[in-house]
Amino acid sequence: MFDIERWQEIFDTIRKNKLRTFLTGLSVASGIFILVILLGVGQGMQNGISQEFEDDASNSIWVWTRPTSVEYKGLNPGRFFNMTNEDYGFIYKKNEEFIEYQSSRVRIWNAIASFEKESGNYRIEGVFPDFQFIENETMVAGRFINQQDVIEKGKIAIIGNKIKNDLFKKDIDPIGKYIRLNDITFKVVGVYSDKGGEREEERIFVPSTAAQQVFNRGQNINNLSYTLKPEKDFQTAVAKSEEFVASMTSYLKTKHIIAPSDERAIGVNNSLEQAKRFYDLMFMIKAFFWWVGVCTIIAGVVGVSNIMLIIVKERTKEIGIRKALGALPVSIIGMILHEAIFVTAIAGCTGLIFGLLLLEMLGPMIETDFISNPSVNFNVALTTVFILIFAGAVAGFFPAWRAARIKPIVALRDE
Amino acid sequence: MIEIKDLHKSYHMGSNSLHVLKGINFNVKEGELVAIMGSSGSGKSTLLNILGMLDEADSGAYFLDAIPIKNLNEKIAARYRNKFLGFIFQSFNLITYKNALDNVAMPLYYQGIKRKERSEKAMHYLEKVGLGDWATHLPNELSGGQKQRVAIARAMASEPKVLLADEPTGALDTKTSYEVMELIQGINDEGKTILIVTHEDDIAHMTKRVVNLKDGVIIDDTLVEQVRATANV
Ligand SMILES: Nc1ncnc2c1ncn2[C@@H]1O[C@H](COP(=O)(O)OP(=O)(O)OP(=O)(O)O)[C@@H](O)[C@H]1O
Ligand SMILES: [Mg+2]
Repeated sequence: MFDIERWQEIFDTIRKNKLRTFLTGLSVASGIFILVILLGVGQGMQNGISQEFEDDASNSIWVWTRPTSVEYKGLNPGRFFNMTNEDYGFIYKKNEEFIEYQSSRVRIWNAIASFEKESGNYRIEGVFPDFQFIENETMVAGRFINQQDVIEKGKIAIIGNKIKNDLFKKDIDPIGKYIRLNDITFKVVGVYSDKGGEREEERIFVPSTAAQQVFNRGQNINNLSYTLKPEKDFQTAVAKSEEFVASMTSYLKTKHIIAPSDERAIGVNNSLEQAKRFYDLMFMIKAFFWWVGVCTIIAGVVGVSNIMLIIVKERTKEIGIRKALGALPVSIIGMILHEAIFVTAIAGCTGLIFGLLLLEMLGPMIETDFISNPSVNFNVALTTVFILIFAGAVAGFFPAWRAARIKPIVALRDE
Repeated sequence: MIEIKDLHKSYHMGSNSLHVLKGINFNVKEGELVAIMGSSGSGKSTLLNILGMLDEADSGAYFLDAIPIKNLNEKIAARYRNKFLGFIFQSFNLITYKNALDNVAMPLYYQGIKRKERSEKAMHYLEKVGLGDWATHLPNELSGGQKQRVAIARAMASEPKVLLADEPTGALDTKTSYEVMELIQGINDEGKTILIVTHEDDIAHMTKRVVNLKDGVIIDDTLVEQVRATANV
């Protein structure tokens, strides 16, 4: 490999066969180039999607009720039922180990909220302090509901940014002001904002206990919300959340006399289940790009092999002359492979560098919600270069070997 | 220097086989200049290729400088071609992308001689064939006679024991042919053994011995009075 004479011979050959060298190099370089771009964009899509998902990705679980759909123990289908505070407490007691944050919800749809002369229709939700974390609400001013409010059934309200803008004049600080919710006076103690936008900010949060009392809901609740403790890996998290959902639904069904086979009565939305679908999609995208990448490499390998075949064929007569002058078969094979490896290596690295540069330059331009930081694992790209070099060497070896072994007179006769 | 006994060679094409050499016996001593003649298809090139180790005989014995040339492995064959034999082809067989100097230096590369020494030696032989000024020209920038002289320089560069030339003047006009023959005679005068295949009587008479081939056997082998090529120009 470090035979200086051989290197000189190779450089001579390359210098004097520029077109051939250029074409070989081009096919290798473009193969690597395309691969780098593909993998980069694939990675970018993966980054983008996972970011998109992480934004409101909590391992949250929502539970609500619907009319029953199966006759059970003499009860007709189509029966309405309500979850209660007791259910909420019992589920926590049984599943304490899983739960990170929890809150039940009492919902009052289309409540009328008013301050001085302004009023509007909003939704009131009676919740617990944890709800702030479950919904990822950001406090813009004041505070969220605390434990004290829950115990005292305090008539306090946390309003969304949108509501603040609707009801209050610009220069008025809503904190400490009294608003009327369905004609009952609540004191505003906080303003929140939600990444989900205005729609999510049209809600007024009050303590769950206060909502039940003031709006005559007794012990009833409409909705349960949980987030589960983080697990060390995604698979365990999915498994745990499924276990939790199963335990909870089976309790609720027994308690409210619902057929075990009734799939409708208890609605559950497990965000991890969706996350799993997301991850599967991401995996598919990744697999797709890899597949395309592997095809590109195969095409590259075929291309390099073809070129090597042609080169050896083209040089058969030269090989004959060299043999007549006393070249060893080894030195002929060596010469051809040395040249091939050298050219593919240089071309491969060139393609690699151009690909990386282009990604680096165009990367920021193609950033969207679904593509973020397109980049390539350098080792992967380098490995590909080596695969192509190796393929070129293998592809060149056999024709070179054959050509080096035929009788000089046969090679010389080749035109 | 060369000793062959009962040499046979056939070409096989599909089911047909053509018996070209049918028992050739002859010896060449060191310093001889031999012309091999014969009608087209009589097997002259075939014989010379075997002598040059570019091809192999089917049967018979071949001794080159008392070394039996038979079933040699590639490595030894390559070394013998390089050290013992210099081959001159009718169609020159220069490497097209290398200049005259590099072509002449080629056999020296395979002797493992360093680049600088190689160039010096090659230049020496190029000058000897009168092409010192053409060293950096590519073959396609040279005339036929010049190409053949480059080929002769190349054949001599490795200082072989025997020079083999298959119709070296076949592609050249008379004047150029005589110039090439003058060169060959000069090399022979220095003591090199040379075998030339030729069609032309005048060329044959510039050698010292004429061997006539017909239908794969030697029908005539006579020493001749050498005509100096210079006298003809
Ligand atoms: N590679 C080959 N395959 C088959 N037949 C061949 C081959 N080479 C030569 N022949 C045949 O062998 C015979 C002798 O060929 P050869 O080239 O030795 O003749 P030659 O005496 O050199 O003729 P010429 O004066 O035309 O060069 C010819 O009939 C030729 O057709
Ligand atoms: Mg011939």
